[in-house]
Amino acid sequence: MARTMTGAEMVLAALNDQGVEHIFGYPGGAVLPIYDELFQQERIKHILVRQEGGALHAAEGYARSTGKVGVALVTSGPGATNAVTGLTDALMDSIPLVCITGQVPTHLIGNDAFQECDTVGITRPCTKHNWLVKNVNDLARILHEAFYIAKAGRPGPVVIDIPKDVQFATGNYVGPSNIAHKTYKPRVKPDQNAVREAVELMARAKKPVFYTGGGVINSGPKASQLLRELVRLTGYPITSTLMGLGAYPASDKQWLGMLGMHGTYEANFAMHDCDVMIAVGARFDDRITGRLDAFSPGSQKIQIDIDPSSINKNVKVDIPIVGDVAYTLEDMLRIWKSKSPQLDKAAHKSWWKQIDGWRAKKSLSYKPSRDVIMPQYAIERLFALTKDRDAYITTEVGQHQMWAAQFYHFDEPNRWMTSGGLGTMGYGLPAAIGAQLAHPKSLVIDIAGDASILMNIQEASTAVQYDLPVKVFILNNQYMGMVRQWQQLLHGNRLSHSYTESLPDFVKLAEAYGWTGMRCDNPDDLDDAIRAMIETKGPVIFDCRVANLANCFPMIPSGKAHNEMLLGSDVSDDEVGSAIGEEGKVLV
Amino acid sequence: MNMAKPVSKSHYVGPGAAQAIVSRTLSILVDNEPGVLARVIGLFSGRGYNIDSLTVTETEHEKHLSRITIVTRGTPDVIEQIKHQLERLIPIHRVRDLTNEGVALERELALIKVSGKGDKRIEALRIAEIFRAKVVDTSTEHFVFEVTGKPSKIEEFIAIMTELGLVEVSRTGIAAIGRGPASS
Repeated sequence: MARTMTGAEMVLAALNDQGVEHIFGYPGGAVLPIYDELFQQERIKHILVRQEGGALHAAEGYARSTGKVGVALVTSGPGATNAVTGLTDALMDSIPLVCITGQVPTHLIGNDAFQECDTVGITRPCTKHNWLVKNVNDLARILHEAFYIAKAGRPGPVVIDIPKDVQFATGNYVGPSNIAHKTYKPRVKPDQNAVREAVELMARAKKPVFYTGGGVINSGPKASQLLRELVRLTGYPITSTLMGLGAYPASDKQWLGMLGMHGTYEANFAMHDCDVMIAVGARFDDRITGRLDAFSPGSQKIQIDIDPSSINKNVKVDIPIVGDVAYTLEDMLRIWKSKSPQLDKAAHKSWWKQIDGWRAKKSLSYKPSRDVIMPQYAIERLFALTKDRDAYITTEVGQHQMWAAQFYHFDEPNRWMTSGGLGTMGYGLPAAIGAQLAHPKSLVIDIAGDASILMNIQEASTAVQYDLPVKVFILNNQYMGMVRQWQQLLHGNRLSHSYTESLPDFVKLAEAYGWTGMRCDNPDDLDDAIRAMIETKGPVIFDCRVANLANCFPMIPSGKAHNEMLLGSDVSDDEVGSAIGEEGKVLV
Repeated sequence: MNMAKPVSKSHYVGPGAAQAIVSRTLSILVDNEPGVLARVIGLFSGRGYNIDSLTVTETEHEKHLSRITIVTRGTPDVIEQIKHQLERLIPIHRVRDLTNEGVALERELALIKVSGKGDKRIEALRIAEIFRAKVVDTSTEHFVFEVTGKPSKIEEFIAIMTELGLVEVSRTGIAAIGRGPASS
């Protein structure tokens, strides 16, 4: 039933109708009517961030830890441009977000008005879709459409730009309807013939491997359940991308660890040597494939993806299946069970033997130290002391992120939030705030680096305002560690501007924000210190002083193949210096 | 290529190196809403695809539908990727590869200004008749010709006029449609 109301009222009504409970935002001139409506209601809780970038990452953390759509509200001009990084981040990692931006009144658009920018122009390439609403009677429809677009198919961020006069104008509100979208109807049910063909190929495989990604997480908890069932039924090994961690339990014996540039030896070698690869919701990103022409040369590939443009983009596959992961795995399981195929047990036994040989390399091993805290050791202890708790982990970007992925093991989906595609430093703290808000009783930890944490440190203030007891665990080596590692690999150890000379005193910084600050630099004290951090009621910054020059291994150097991995244990400085060839140097 | 048939489609020698570049005419039916053209061309520039020709106008007024016709170049894999990327854009109804689906009808209109006196002027008029170009503006020193046809015909006409005092050219770009009774 149509109701008459103002544009600003429509925003709140639509958010209500969409079941939104929390939004992250920052007020400003062009969104004041919406903020006025927020003030006059109690159902939707607004979380005031300290910079719009924080609102977007917080909405991402909220979305990724719940599977819901994250919502952000920012003003025109700088509010919108500050949101751009978070939008791009969400686009790259396929995170459903609705971002509402204020805009100058319609008659001033194009006039270089105060705090005007071409928001739809700027955000067009970094959103799944965006709208500039010029007529208040279109607003309700667009708001509901925005939620549909954000979560349907391959999820992503959308922007609704609402001029201030449209927020004041009165028009008809319509509720969400189930009328099919005019043009956007992504295919979710797979082609049955392709699924059947895939099952037949899987059943014939001698050296199979499952390669799974963020698509499994995005498809929902059921997809993870079905994946577990299928993987156990087949008995095949499984690896995952950074984005897909937790879809399959890391504690299981069929789990090979993460693959890719800093993945395990066994995962990458299994990918290289397999004869059948089953890619599930993974997009063959350059961090995964390494050198393309040497990527898994002898395998036939099955790829399940909801986005047809992800199929055959980087790597050609033999059996493409367009569909939602959960639907497709359900069909695969049904067909597999009805066929109960005769598997080549002998071949699988020798494949697992080969894999065990690679596992024996212990590619994640590092030189332990009794004097300084090794960063890997810090994550191992953090994991050991938190694994039995209800924990959510976010990260920033860099070495600490890779160590977290290698040494913190996830058994459940939606527990791990990291900026995978865009690699946004400063993601972790606001994302942790978003996750904590959605899970107030859980333990939420941002595993951070000393450089990354400073990129959105202002959000520490947000955590205090809303009593969010997030823990920030900084692996502090005083370097931008990953930049330094690449300078060592590529640029003759000339450490150009990767050392931060005047870091703040993180303990005092924590205290200045009203947090608890802690520091630890002795391996013998680490366990007690981590326990103290967990037991502390409010938010904590934990300044974990780690070995300054540790590097992240194993590593596939740029431009190299999976079977040319560098292992930390047998790499000399010379080898590190010459690991990347001339062609690899231009790669990222 | 004299390669043995590979077991798998997936092993290939260097990205894109083994495939020839082809030209394709894509016909894209879109909702005629603000910014839709920017979405399409932004996709091409952002992902490094080529546009050789582009035309767009509303073709079904009551439904607010526009047809964008793009001539692009790339390897067959890249063309496939372009189609999928276009299909991801929300206001797009459908994308058809007219070149791939059979010989498409492709037509272009050009306005061509030629100036000259004496024999050259007479020769220009005579050639224009052969190409069925119309004179749409003239003085004692110039003609403006209107010519339609396949792009190759227009290229040819321009090449000849270059010798006869070509001043400037304005072209519409290609409008294309599939043959036969079915809609494209």
